[in-house]
Amino acid sequence: MTLRATTWQTVGPFFKIGLAWLYREDLAGAGVPGERIEITGRVLDADGNTVPDAVLELWQANSHGKYAHPEDEQNKPLDAGFSGFGRIATDDQGRFRFTTVKPGQVPAPEASGNGGAALAPLQAPHINVSICTRGLLRRLVTRIYFPDEAANATDFALSQVDPTRRSTLIAKRSTGAASKLEWDIVLQGPSETVFFDI
Amino acid sequence: MAPLRPYRRYHSGTQPDYLHSPYVSSQKRAPSQRLVHLPHTISEVTGPVFGDELIDVKAFDLTKQHSAEPIGERIIVSGRVIDEDGRTLPRTLVEIWQANSAGRYAHAIDQHDAPLDPNFTGCGHTITDAEGRYRFVTIKPGAYPWQNHYNAWRAAHIHISVFGPAFATRLITQMYFPGDPLMENDPIFKCTADEDARNRLISLFDLKTTMPLHALGYQFDIVMSGRDATPFEEHHGAHK
Repeated sequence: MTLRATTWQTVGPFFKIGLAWLYREDLAGAGVPGERIEITGRVLDADGNTVPDAVLELWQANSHGKYAHPEDEQNKPLDAGFSGFGRIATDDQGRFRFTTVKPGQVPAPEASGNGGAALAPLQAPHINVSICTRGLLRRLVTRIYFPDEAANATDFALSQVDPTRRSTLIAKRSTGAASKLEWDIVLQGPSETVFFDI
Repeated sequence: MAPLRPYRRYHSGTQPDYLHSPYVSSQKRAPSQRLVHLPHTISEVTGPVFGDELIDVKAFDLTKQHSAEPIGERIIVSGRVIDEDGRTLPRTLVEIWQANSAGRYAHAIDQHDAPLDPNFTGCGHTITDAEGRYRFVTIKPGAYPWQNHYNAWRAAHIHISVFGPAFATRLITQMYFPGDPLMENDPIFKCTADEDARNRLISLFDLKTTMPLHALGYQFDIVMSGRDATPFEEHHGAHK
């Protein structure tokens, strides 16, 4: 008989004392190849109030589309100094910010007939996100995708999502620098972000 | 390439729902839409790998982070990180944080009128050994009141964060202490429907790991999602 996975519990309001030692808001140090980007945003609750006590964890492939993990057996280079992990907290205005390189494309599972739509063998560039806050009894999981990305149209995960809600997963270009993106997380409400059951 | 090996989904009822109204903070923060089922891809079956260079080898002992010892009952918290099939998970990062023995966190927003302890910060980390074992030395956290409802008290608990081998296995939970009468009225402890599942959050007093004349031992094993028995490719035999 198999065991059962341990139950999640909320991080509560005081997670900073335990998690701050591993905050990583710059995922790609100097010398890591790729297109430099900055992503900023806010975490909002059902009333549109900002959430000043959220912690986000980020997990992404490098610019070649390879994860720094032994189960990524693709014949692509790893980059010294790039682990693909980030951890950031919202500030007292509910805002977060991180800098990284734009991830490359990673493989999709073998074509799964999603309503007959032809899905690409590669996923569109994306960053995997876990969100924890006081009030969340377990984490929420979502993804950040990129605007003006042709691969979004045939992406494996986006294709699982109601087309009217896909835009919640796609960052917006900030006015000004092309490298700056904005992406808000709405925990509940009409413009609620899509969260995945993984 | 080897076939993708997805992780098993949580067993029904063993995880809290997002909305648990007795926990008031969940009411405005729980999503209202059904989560979108996502079959695992390479993004979910990989995850951050932390090496020894990250680990402060002294960070497992929360009683030795300051010039003097913290006040409180010294305890050892130890156990194994395993998966649902009983496989040990070596070299995985475990982080903890907790209140001091008076029930006060060393955090600026904790307004509980209980003393801070200048010799206790309440955080630590370690990495599991080759057999998946971890061990912390700390002091027993105190219970504390909170604003959730009239006369609300949190049962004594230690927050525990574990990564496991993949993004899909990430876990943050709380460990409780046997016999604590506050658990019964704590909506956070009670938020999981399955009684057996929530009772597994209670550590076991353990004489074996007690250090004579020094500290009591509590055992707490952490179970991460196992691998799905059905390889993903079997769903798509036509492509083979």
